[in-house]
Amino acid sequence: MSRLPSMSPAEGFGATIGRVVGQGVDVSHGPILYLEDITVSFDGFKALNKLTLTVDAGELRCVIGPNGAGKTTMMDVITGKTQPDAGSAFFGQTIDLTRLSEAQIAQAGIGRKFQKPTVFENHTVFENLELAMKTDKRVWASVRARLSSEELDRIAQTLDQIQLTRDAARPAGVLSHGQKQWLEIGMLLMQEPKLLLLDEPVAGMTDEETERTAELFTTLAGKHSVVVVEHDMEFIGRIANQVTVLHEGSVLAEGSMDKIKNDERVIEVYLGR
Amino acid sequence: MRSDDFPFVGSAERQALFGAKGWAALVAFVLAVMVVVPVAFVFVPAGSPFHLSAYFVTLVGKIMCYCIVAVAMNLIWGYTGILSLGHGLFFALGGYAFGMYLMRMIGREGQYQSDLPDFMVFLDWKAYPWYWSFTDHFWYSAMMVVLAPGLLAFVFGFFAFRSRIKGVYFSIITQALTYAFMLLFFRNDTGFGGNNGFTDFKRILGFRIAEPGTRAALFAITGIYLAATIVLSRGIIRSKLGRVLTAIRDSESRLMFSGYNPLWYKLFIWTLSAVMCGIAGALYVPQVGIINPSEMSPANSIEIAIWVAVGGRGTILGPVIGAALVNGAKSFFTQAYPEYWLFFLGLLFILVTLFLPKGVAGIASMGRLRAPARDRAAVAREEGEKT
Repeated sequence: MSRLPSMSPAEGFGATIGRVVGQGVDVSHGPILYLEDITVSFDGFKALNKLTLTVDAGELRCVIGPNGAGKTTMMDVITGKTQPDAGSAFFGQTIDLTRLSEAQIAQAGIGRKFQKPTVFENHTVFENLELAMKTDKRVWASVRARLSSEELDRIAQTLDQIQLTRDAARPAGVLSHGQKQWLEIGMLLMQEPKLLLLDEPVAGMTDEETERTAELFTTLAGKHSVVVVEHDMEFIGRIANQVTVLHEGSVLAEGSMDKIKNDERVIEVYLGR
Repeated sequence: MRSDDFPFVGSAERQALFGAKGWAALVAFVLAVMVVVPVAFVFVPAGSPFHLSAYFVTLVGKIMCYCIVAVAMNLIWGYTGILSLGHGLFFALGGYAFGMYLMRMIGREGQYQSDLPDFMVFLDWKAYPWYWSFTDHFWYSAMMVVLAPGLLAFVFGFFAFRSRIKGVYFSIITQALTYAFMLLFFRNDTGFGGNNGFTDFKRILGFRIAEPGTRAALFAITGIYLAATIVLSRGIIRSKLGRVLTAIRDSESRLMFSGYNPLWYKLFIWTLSAVMCGIAGALYVPQVGIINPSEMSPANSIEIAIWVAVGGRGTILGPVIGAALVNGAKSFFTQAYPEYWLFFLGLLFILVTLFLPKGVAGIASMGRLRAPARDRAAVAREEGEKT
């Protein structure tokens, strides 16, 4: 069913894919995410106005746009936090996102990183990853849960990837801002998502951290589908092949970074300012 | 990179619930309530300095019931972050459910020598209402002690949590719920004795309640149950379930986007907490000898929250200490300086909030502030050894 390339565990992030519990996402026609004519209004203000967007399996897509363009609202619709007033949102061919709860969407394989790093501050780094790990997440399963040695290995591997092995036993609340961002990304990877939504993942990071994050994301593309919302144009230039520009709740332009940079309307509403 | 690199994982997953000292303290406590107190109360003659009075045994038994309520409250508030201001209701419902059995056991020994309880005779009722059916069976009543608060909590919690009612709004409706039940139970025609409630109990399972032996047994059962609730809550907090509960407290949306449905977790711990309170209420009634609707007053439920705050939210023993401390002080003050008790309670609450945000239990952990740094050093050392 899945056309995502299968990876051996030795290839790092590939280890997080391939274990599917329940119904998998059907990407047989190519796209993993379809948004069609999505409209969301808050008290008459149209945060999203007939937004149509398609993301292919394995693609790394950047979404840019000025404040209020609807980027975060779009993520809210995809992850079930906000119900659209009109339009349809599908994950693969078969999964209707508008009918699922946040938890069900997460279980179906969509992971979300918030704009502000959101981790469990009182839990250790290790426990954060443990909680995020793909597994049976019902109450009774949690009562009986014991970590198997494979699961411990997976956590160890992810800790290594996000370079927090030394901090595994520390509460997440004491980490630096950049480390929290990485921990949250690590938690997403533990979920083994098919589609990653990253809201400003390098906000507040040092140049070196940004560099490392860019490297990380380029290794993710191909194995996961990734949608990145970002303001940092340099960062986008480094990682993106496809860029979508949002403006006033709908798509203004779409294409390669070079094409976007030279688009008259984009320069007018966004880049030129 | 191997999983053996996480020595600390054992602390969360594989270690025993308590250390050697913890188990020793627990065993000592159980022996005290099962052997020492009953012997000193029942067999040591009244003149001896080792004799314990009925007053003391009743007081400590009552306070242990409150400690259980505090442990239950801590599960839902301290660990899951849901402040209930209606836990007195579940306590009272358990008490009433068992009180019905105790009323039936009075038999014809009441004032009016009737088969019906005195308050029904007084209302000129001729027969028991339908909901008093089977209450003369001990095991039926014991079941109702669990079911009455459990079902109410489950149904109320389901709708409240499904509607995502949180924070202060949830606290307010729990407060309204207990108030509504208090008004209902105050009515004479509700059939639960109106504002007098149930009292004048005579027997339990054929034993006379006034007998020292019966009192000692009730005391011991309460103590064992308190120890059991502490072990249970420790077990919950040490499990992954406990980590999910604290994750609900700290960042519910992150948890939802990680694939957990908080509804069932909240409902589970909420209902469990209510049932724990109900059983405590059932043990409270025969020891104290009375249950009336004032147990459902909003102030009682708020006081439960104060015990937990004073003792230390989110710690295993803190709430027990808090409940014992506040109620011990209460029984002293209301005798010595009755007019100053509420001032003292208010002052205590303010001082704890200002100076001990983690409660009395927080004093113990103040010295351990640097623990995370030590953990880190240990992990770093491990790394060093390998390279």
